[in-house]
This record gives sequence, C-alpha cells and structure tokens, in this order.
Amino acid sequence: MPGIFAFVEARDGEIRPVSREVVTAARSVADGLGEEVHAVVLGGAGIGDQAGSLSRYGADRIFVGADEAFTNYSVDGYARALAAFIREHGCSVVIFPASSMGKDLAPRVAARLGVDYAAECTALEVEGGTLAAVRPQYAGKVFATVRFPESPAVLSVRPNVFQPVEAEREGALETFTPERAGDFGSIVRELKAGSQEARDVSEAPVVVSGGRGLRDPENFKILEDLAGAFGNAAVGASRAVVDAGWRPHGEQVGQTGKTVSPSLYFAIGISGAIQHLAGMRTAKCIVAINKDPDAPIFKIADYGIVGDLFEVVPRLTEEIRRLG
Amino acid sequence: MNIIVCVKRVPDSEARIQLSDGKTSIDPTGVKFVLNPYDEFAIEAALKQKEAAGEGSVTVVSLGGPQSAETLRTALAMGADSAVLLKTSAENPSGLPVARALAGELGGREYDLILFGLKAIDDDQHAVGGMVAELLDIPSASAVTEFAIEDGSVRADREVEGGSEVVELSLPCALSITKGAYEPRYPSLKGIMAAKRKPLEEKEVSLGEGNETVRLAPPQERAAGRIVGEGPDAVPELIRLLREEAKVL
Ligand SMILES: Cc1cc2nc3c(=O)[nH]c(=O)nc-3n(C[C@H](O)[C@H](O)[C@H](O)COP(=O)(O)OP(=O)(O)OC[C@H]3O[C@@H](n4cnc5c(N)ncnc54)[C@H](O)[C@@H]3O)c2cc1C
Ligand SMILES: Nc1ncnc2c1ncn2[C@@H]1O[C@H](COP(=O)(O)O)[C@@H](O)[C@H]1O
Repeated sequence: MPGIFAFVEARDGEIRPVSREVVTAARSVADGLGEEVHAVVLGGAGIGDQAGSLSRYGADRIFVGADEAFTNYSVDGYARALAAFIREHGCSVVIFPASSMGKDLAPRVAARLGVDYAAECTALEVEGGTLAAVRPQYAGKVFATVRFPESPAVLSVRPNVFQPVEAEREGALETFTPERAGDFGSIVRELKAGSQEARDVSEAPVVVSGGRGLRDPENFKILEDLAGAFGNAAVGASRAVVDAGWRPHGEQVGQTGKTVSPSLYFAIGISGAIQHLAGMRTAKCIVAINKDPDAPIFKIADYGIVGDLFEVVPRLTEEIRRLG
Repeated sequence: MNIIVCVKRVPDSEARIQLSDGKTSIDPTGVKFVLNPYDEFAIEAALKQKEAAGEGSVTVVSLGGPQSAETLRTALAMGADSAVLLKTSAENPSGLPVARALAGELGGREYDLILFGLKAIDDDQHAVGGMVAELLDIPSASAVTEFAIEDGSVRADREVEGGSEVVELSLPCALSITKGAYEPRYPSLKGIMAAKRKPLEEKEVSLGEGNETVRLAPPQERAAGRIVGEGPDAVPELIRLLREEAKVL
C-alpha cells in the first residue's frame, strides 16, 4: 500500500496544530483513491509521544523518525530524509501544510524527487482515480485547477481551509531511521518566538485586523482586547500601519504580507485596497467596521457596520465577552 | 562577493485579471507588468551586501518572454551590474521547469549567494527558490527578512508563525527574501541612464514539462455584503447574524 504522505510539522519539540489539517486533507484524498494515510514526523528524541493523537483525524500509520540530529529544523536535512522515505514507500501523494516550514521544505522535497509542486491548495478533488488540486493565483483573483502528470503529486494545503475532521483510525505508531547523509548546510539556531500563546494571523480561526483608521499605535489595545475576548483570535494589520512602524511585519495581511483564511475576519479602519484583499478574500466571513460608507472594504465584506471604530469596537468586545 | 538575483516580470498588483479564451491562461491585454515586488526586496538586499563588502557583483537573471528585458533593465537601473535573460516562448511555465532552466544557467556560474523573492505574485508558488537550491545542492532559507554574513557563513532571520527563527547557512547558499530590512530603492535618473549601457545577455532556453493547469476560473463571487447598521447600536444585530446566519460564533 503506497499511501498518502501527510507531513506532521513539529517545532521546538511540539507537534503543531496545523498537522491535524494536513492529516484531514490526506484522509479525504486517501478515501478517494482507496489508499491509506501515512503521517510522518521528524524531530528529536521523544517527538513521537504526541504523534499518536493524529490517528483521530484519520492517520492509518504514523511514522516517527526521531533522531537528535533532527531536533532543530534543517531544510536540506529534512528534505533529504523525507525524499528518501517517500521514495522507499512509493507514496503517491505528498501533502505539506502551507506553513512557513511547509513552504520552505516542500519545493526542495519535490525537486529532489524530480517532480513539480503545487502550493497553498484550497481544494483537493479525486475524479476517476486522478487527483486535481485547486489553488489561488494572482492573489486570489484566479483559481487554477492543477493536475500532476508525475508521481508523487507534491502539494501544500493552505491553513484553516481543511478543518480537522475526526475520523478515528487504528493509527499504529512505527519508527523509522531517517536518512542522514552528510552535514546539514542550513540549520535553525534559535527561535525568536513571540509569546507561546500568541496565535499567528495565518493560523488563527479569528483575525482582528486594524488599519490607519486606528490613528495611533497605542489604540491597537482596542483590537487586542477584542482578540482577547474571542480567545482564539490574532491581531492583523494593513500595510499602512506596518510601514508606519505601528505593528510588526509578521502581522501584515495582504499581497506583501500574509495570506489568511480564518472563519471570521474583521477589517477595522481598513479601506480595503486591492493588495489588502489579496491576503484575506478567502476568509469564510468578513466583517468591516469603517466610518466611510463608501469604503471599498464594504464591497467584499459579508457584514458591515458604518461607524466610528472607537465606539463600535469596545461595544463589540463587551458583547463577545458576554457570550463567554 | 558574487550575488545572483532571480527576478520575474509579473502583472502589477492592481491589475484586473481576465482569462483568455482557452481559460488556461490570463489575457495580458491592457495589463501593466512590473518587476515582482518581492524580487525588489531581493535586489535591494543584494545591493546592500555588495555595498557593505565594498566589492563584488550583482547579476540579475530572468526567465521569460522578450519583454522581460525591460524588467531586467529596471533591476540594472536600481544598481545591478549585469543581466541575463533566458528567453522562452512558454507562457506561465510551472515551477519545476523554470527552476531546472535557472539551475542549468546558474550551475555554470560562480556565486556566493543566490537571492530570490519569497514568491512571484502571479503564480504565488513560493517554489522556484527552494527548487533551484535543491537542484544546485546548496542550502537555502525562505521568508528571510534580514541576513548577515560572518566568517563565511550566513545568519538569516526567517519569518515563522508567531515570531522568527535564526538560520545558519554555509556559503554558497540561496535565500528567498520577504519584506523586512530591505526597503527597495528607486532607480535614480543616473541609474536609469547607466542601465542602458550595462551588459544584458540573452539566451534561448527550452523548458521541460511540469504540472498541468487544466483550467483557470474566477473566484467564487462572494454573496453581496450587507450593511448591518450604523454605530455601536448595530453590534447586537451583527452578533446575531454571525451566530445564526454565518454560524461562525
Ligand atoms: C506592491 C504593493 C503591495 C502592497 N501590499 C499590501 C499588503 O500586503 N497589505 C496591505 O494592507 N496593503 C498593501 N499595500 C498598500 C495598499 O495599497 C493600501 O495603501 C493599504 O492597504 C491601506 O491601508 P489602510 O486601509 O490601513 O489605510 P487607508 O487606506 O488610509 O484606510 C484607512 C481607513 O480607515 C477608515 N477610518 C478612519 N478613521 C476611522 C474611524 N475612527 N472609525 C472607523 N474607520 C475609520 C477610513 O475611512 C479608511 O477607509 C500594497 C501596495 C502596493 C503598491
Ligand atoms: N521566470 C523566472 N525568472 C527568474 N526568476 C524567477 C522566475 N520565476 C520565479 N523566479 C524567482 O523565484 C521566486 C519565487 O517564485 P515562485 O516560485 O514562482 O513564486 C521569485 O520571486 C523569483 O525570485
């Protein structure tokens, strides 16, 4: 059984939640092709301890490659080990998360296998035994349907699109020895993370973004309070406020920032320039709060409130808190 | 310090994108093309490195149609020293064939660093940089916001979820640059004049096959949005809609 390869992403010894989405996506492809899901994790000693839970999302077999050398991420080292695994197992489809690690790693794995790659897929379809992937291009102005003439098909899935679905499987844990030929040319030396709790805009199910309408960096406190009321929200920003130095670039949403697909996106004091829309138009539900009724953001928003954000947002925070 | 920067000609981010009749490519009529914005960061990074080192060269390489020469001239006007155009008639070639052609060209050159943009804003693949690095068998890092070269190795800050990580790479290596420390300079008038006299070599390349784009389609129309109301009093109704209609709360 060749299997659908699902990359389980671990950083700093922790399996990242996005892996559940990758396994879920792999499950749907495996069902369509009549194959198994083989989840694969690389990391330092002990990395396998948390991997077992992935069977809940549909992993038939979970392969753990634990080796001190893989404690810190190395794109070339990981690519070599994964490509060797994929070749040996003859995986037919290889799925990565379109996370910062997945997008770094997948192209190298594909090139090493001598096949092409499709990034940031938002839908995977199996028809007549053939896989097709749908992926946005031109910043979401166009959706391309892509086929994979060579095997394996290597792709990444955009975070927040394949919501984890429970599909309990046996999920036997197996260990393997990752190939480790030669020195790693690139290795992560240090992780300069924000707080462990802080969610990244690209992964949070709710994003509360602010723009120039906030008027002053201090006023982002209002948005942080709203994000806090949700509990699972991240604060995002328009380029205007990132360029002004009010917010870090890691929070920028749009063409030259991050692409987000949360369930719920708030654009607050953001006009809705095309380059901003490029980063958030695939959100499931968009809410705009803007004092200008003609702001272009209202054309794309599902719901809008016309008004002064300094009055509307605190009220919204209060009501969300009340929901608990 | 020899630095190569790979650059691509892409539709402007404001461009209205319409599909051609066959629905497998876009209709370029009336579309303004520009140097890929991420590649501007990469060029800026290369120029900064060269300036800091006080010696070396910056070569820009682009694969595309004859109009990509214009894009290369822009890069030369910013300050790159020489340019190479890998000319092809292939429209929107996929990542692997492009990476193979670029690697074929770069493999025969001497370089310390190869820089890419994080992604091209037409195909949004984030692929070519990593693929070229793998094909050339050199280390790489993507989403780099800033880097420094110390004692023959590179320390690069890479943007990751919720923060950044520091990657150490041996030289030569490939970096894909994103917005960060490198604010692209505008070509000066002097730069534009000088660019006309800088070497721009053209070579024909033929590309292999990659993934197949079966069709392109416009995004699903979002159902017309609705103004829920004005001011804070509209908030309870918004909450109701989010819970009962959109079912996202
Ligand atoms: C190549 C390129 C790449 C780009 N990439 C990005 C990108 O990645 N992300 C991005 O966001 N932009 C990007 N831009 C910039 C983009 O074109 C816009 O300039 C930017 O998005 C505007 O930010 P803004 O909406 O915060 O500011 P503005 O356009 O100034 O809008 C501010 C809004 O706040 C509203 N407002 C003001 N006061 C209040 C109040 N009290 N209450 C409620 N509303 C209020 C105003 O009505 C207005 O609509 C890019 C541009 C280019 C050329
Ligand atoms: N046709 C091309 N010619 C030169 N460089 C390219 C080309 N296509 C992509 N690149 C480089 O690879 C980066 C990533 O592109 P992509 O993988 O297409 O998103 C770009 O920012 C460029 O630096």
